[in-house]
Amino acid sequence: MRIGTGETVDAARAVEALGLADRELLREGLAATLLHGSGGRAVFDPVFDLYFPRGVGGPENPPADREDLRDRLADALTAGDTSLLGQLAIEAVDGFGRYGGGSPGSDGWSAHQALDRIRPQTLLARVRAGILAGSGISGFADRLLDDEIRRRIEEFRRQVGAEARRRVAERRGRDEIARRAIAPSADRVDFLYAGRDRLAELRGTVQPLARKLATRLAARRRRAARGAIDLRRTVRGSLSTGGVPVKPVLRRRRPVRPELVLLCDVSGSVSGFSDFTMLLVQALHDQFSKVRVFAFVNRIDEVTGLLRHGTADPEGLGARIREQARLTGWHGSSDYGVALGEFTERYGDAVGPRTTVFVLGDARTNMSDPNLPALREIAGRARRVYWLNPEPRAQWGTGDSAAPAYAGQAEMHECRNARQLAVLISRLLPV
Amino acid sequence: MFTSVDDVSARLAETGYLASPAVATTVFLAGRLGKPLLVEGPAGVGKTELAKAVARIVGARLVRLQCYEGVDESRALYEWNHAKQLLRISAGRDEAWDETRTDIFGEEFLLTRPLLTAIRGEEAKVLLIDETDKADVEMEGLLLEVLSDFQVTIPELGTITATRRPFVVLTSNATRELSEALRRRCLFLHIGFPDEELERRIVRLKVPEIDAALAASVVRVVGALRAMDLRKAPSVAETVDWARTLLALGAGTLGETVVRDSLGVLLKHQEDVLKAAAKLDLGAL
Repeated sequence: MRIGTGETVDAARAVEALGLADRELLREGLAATLLHGSGGRAVFDPVFDLYFPRGVGGPENPPADREDLRDRLADALTAGDTSLLGQLAIEAVDGFGRYGGGSPGSDGWSAHQALDRIRPQTLLARVRAGILAGSGISGFADRLLDDEIRRRIEEFRRQVGAEARRRVAERRGRDEIARRAIAPSADRVDFLYAGRDRLAELRGTVQPLARKLATRLAARRRRAARGAIDLRRTVRGSLSTGGVPVKPVLRRRRPVRPELVLLCDVSGSVSGFSDFTMLLVQALHDQFSKVRVFAFVNRIDEVTGLLRHGTADPEGLGARIREQARLTGWHGSSDYGVALGEFTERYGDAVGPRTTVFVLGDARTNMSDPNLPALREIAGRARRVYWLNPEPRAQWGTGDSAAPAYAGQAEMHECRNARQLAVLISRLLPV
Repeated sequence: MFTSVDDVSARLAETGYLASPAVATTVFLAGRLGKPLLVEGPAGVGKTELAKAVARIVGARLVRLQCYEGVDESRALYEWNHAKQLLRISAGRDEAWDETRTDIFGEEFLLTRPLLTAIRGEEAKVLLIDETDKADVEMEGLLLEVLSDFQVTIPELGTITATRRPFVVLTSNATRELSEALRRRCLFLHIGFPDEELERRIVRLKVPEIDAALAASVVRVVGALRAMDLRKAPSVAETVDWARTLLALGAGTLGETVVRDSLGVLLKHQEDVLKAAAKLDLGAL
């Protein structure tokens, strides 16, 4: 996060104006002065909780009994009382989250362990029965109940996580925990290691990203539409003013219709990456007159038709592609050589002198022939070929990676998170 | 401007704007630090309303600049009244050239547009720059001078500096990424969907005839829809509309038929309607 001196000064003035008495006011005040967009909030809140903890040490009362805690938790969930949930989270971490013993450095508090012992998710039926008994909720609203209870349980889990972080930070020092234990903001999450829930968040960042790219490209295209001065027509126009070129005539550019071809590795090893790029591709679909998308594992197939504009169903897209396209031959692991070869054979005419080709994949060919001539042929036909690799540059060429070989034929870029992808796409896309 | 955060919430509530703690805190800080306030968030959560409410509580005049693609200096800042200038020139035919020239670039011939209006004069003003993200990037450059120094430079007249700083609110739906320079000049506030309790209070304030139980179920259904990953989640404005609709339909409680028939008030895309119907188990539409 970039925070300059100006922000620091503002934050100090905000603290002075608000005082330190109310923790939530302080949190909002600091957020308003230090952050400049909504993306930073997911990082800001846990850091704030670390440096301005709700309290120090554990709770005063002795560790609760497990069943007793579960009973009280069920009651709090039934009532939907967030502050009570917070209290219980503190007790839960204190009573059940402790691991290791004695030797300093090896002990700590684990949210995972606390949640594993308390199992809040198993309280669902009980909480539902409690809510239904307590109020006369009609048959219809009943349908929403399960999801609501799940959201409350999720809130409890979040609070347990925050509490465990706070306790660990007391032991190990805030700075270290702030550096290590707080997840980066969504646009910096590594595609390859993004878990299921992080992917949902990433999805949230891709929509504005696509819009941003779209406006930027539109602006660039608008500027590019004004060409250089057409001398011949300017001079001819100047005849009426006695040879003084009053009105310069600009050469009108022929609108170039950029074409885009994407070759996407959708094998399991890069699934996070490919799901995400597919989303972006879908968003760019109406920006380019011609986008053709091909997916491969070890066979290649065109999936353009599956990316209909406007179907807001990113979840289903990856599944639809895997279901409806023929992507695998007689084994399930990716084979770039065969896929590239098949592409030049079957879809060679998709690439022309106006086409920009993007290859998206980690270039791990499972020890099979990388088939460099195929990529060379594509590069020879296309305007440009770019390869976006979701692996860190240091890993290119290790193991079965054919990245350095491919990089010799096409410009290869490291593209590990949404931020890098945004920068790359806006820089590389043709106008 | 305000004495405390509670003061802000109380006075906003008097005008019918129920603010979350985050909103009240940021408004208080914007007044105290004298910085513009950049408000982002989905459509229909009350960004524009916030500016109007602030204008009402401080008794200031609201000056509004609605941004759109292609809004430019002459729409936002000032313009010379060419017609009047021509009239002035032709009216004074026998004057000396020097007199005429200096004359027609006086204040009399200046048409002030929102930004200039907001920094001129002694009365208190709230400047609302609405949907800033709709304007082109060039427009942001123009805003920078106004937002950091509260001044406007007119080549013929010189620099006009505000004697009384307006309270500035910029709103954005984040359809375009605003520049870092613009963001740095502002306090940032993200207004999301309100929590259940606050939304219930908003519904009951805006639709006073509704009874508590129905308001509660309305808010719960809307909350469930928002959790559903739709193309466009229903906003607060739509919750209120829906509550009104239900009243008009004479529905005392939420039933399957009523919800199915009025889902169009909340959801604006057919695929969202279908998805919600399937999820809420409403049967065929």
